[in-house]
Amino acid sequence: MTALPGETPRKLGLVIDLDTCVGCHACAVSCKEWNAGGHMAPLTDLDPYGGEPDGVWFNRVHSFEVDDGERQRTVHFPRSCLHCEDPACVTVCPTGASYKRAEDGIVLVNEDTCIGCKLCSWACPYGAREFDEDSGTMKKCTLCIDRIYNENLDEVDRIPACVAACPASARHFGDFADPDSAVSRLTAERGGVDLMPGLGYRPVNKYLPPRRPAKAEATPDHGGGSGISGWIGRMLRR
Amino acid sequence: MRPANSIIIFSATSGAGFGLLAVLGILAPLGLLSPESRFGIAVFFLCFGLIIGGLLSSTTHLGRPERAWRALSQWRTSWLSREGVLALATLVPGIVFAAAWILLEEVWTVAALASALLAILTVHATGMIYATLKPIRQWNSHWTVPAYLAMGAASGLLLANAVAHMAGQSSLPLTAVTGVAVATAWIIKVGYWEYAKREAAETVATAIGVTGPARLLEPPTTAPTYLMKEMCFHAIRRNAGKIRRMAHLNGFMVPLLFTFAPTMDPWVVWPVLAVVGAAVGILAERWLFFAEAQHTVTLYHGAESA
Repeated sequence: MTALPGETPRKLGLVIDLDTCVGCHACAVSCKEWNAGGHMAPLTDLDPYGGEPDGVWFNRVHSFEVDDGERQRTVHFPRSCLHCEDPACVTVCPTGASYKRAEDGIVLVNEDTCIGCKLCSWACPYGAREFDEDSGTMKKCTLCIDRIYNENLDEVDRIPACVAACPASARHFGDFADPDSAVSRLTAERGGVDLMPGLGYRPVNKYLPPRRPAKAEATPDHGGGSGISGWIGRMLRR
Repeated sequence: MRPANSIIIFSATSGAGFGLLAVLGILAPLGLLSPESRFGIAVFFLCFGLIIGGLLSSTTHLGRPERAWRALSQWRTSWLSREGVLALATLVPGIVFAAAWILLEEVWTVAALASALLAILTVHATGMIYATLKPIRQWNSHWTVPAYLAMGAASGLLLANAVAHMAGQSSLPLTAVTGVAVATAWIIKVGYWEYAKREAAETVATAIGVTGPARLLEPPTTAPTYLMKEMCFHAIRRNAGKIRRMAHLNGFMVPLLFTFAPTMDPWVVWPVLAVVGAAVGILAERWLFFAEAQHTVTLYHGAESA
């Protein structure tokens, strides 16, 4: 049923730190690598070695120039499914193929009942869903459901592939329903935000905005006065 | 949004077909059309042809058309599912209404009114599919559903009026109602276009969760993705202007003039030409409906606001 489950006991999702993301695309590539053989496999590639390669990815990294009033900076922005609490992509689905799991809030597509009408991708403001022309069905991020519950993996590896791959620790996985979880605390400490909150989708994933650099307050200590005596004094103190 | 031919043709033809069924279902019990067999054959062939042709066209949009029947299951939440259920449900009283008209030359009022009601609800559901999509501000408007209903009524009346003229059933009330419907649809569509110009609420900053103006520096891919092909369609302003003039002229002005032309000059072809003009105009109007609709995904691909 495409009816929403209401409040879920767990709300699994990601925190993405826009302050530390270096825009290396490792999360996107790692996601593609895992999911090409995962729950929603295959992630079809069309014309992969040609001039116009096209294919299904669950994670895309965009880079933006942001002007915060004081200075301009580059902000790298990884974009994937936010596993919203109010996902219109689920309720618009005419077949029930699109659903939100009652136990942990993960939004998935049943590839066996999807008719490929694409309406869910229109209903998603964030562009989380990509159509697979080869299978004729819609595909999306599974929050690596086949990793996070996978008892064949070591416990430390039971996290989404994108989180495991991030070299800057800009991605964190956890349960937002628990106010004491690492992701909840991080979101509270750093003022994590929802994307396009005005649309009312209530995304579970949070983004941590770029921080302003700390002002240099300490003045350098030259020690020992100025002139030659000062210079000798500094040399001797080394 | 990319104007896909299958959806443009579906919404224009099935809108006209359901519009025509609603018109017949309301005007026949009022006595404005008499249930003559030959007239019935012509008008119901047109009506069901448009409805079924449109529904078949819509299935070509699907990635897995052989699973289309599954779309009838989620009517509790999905307007697309409701549209499918209502479209098929309309055919039941519609066929009874048509059979009584053609075989018995009678108007069965209950079947007629049930056909009209379900046809109107079907077109309403079509409009709701678009009106409830929050990422597209032009569609997420109180004008979308009235525009679909009014365009359906106008195209249905233009068809009914044309067939009535050819069958010798033309009447001044039918002409007048048709003219009023076309004029009403014109006013509502202008209202839709004006409201669609309102300022966008979302910006690149709200889309990526930062404060201060932001602009795309580097896209994620070197070649266009599904999202870019599907949602980042840009109607070139010059083309859009040309097509909007075509929609005004063919969709509304020509049908309006040609509907009233027989009151001066009893040439039976006028109402038919009104239908031809409207067909071109409605396809232009529907192309614009998609081409001018801006999805918030464009914010991730270079648009400043959406």
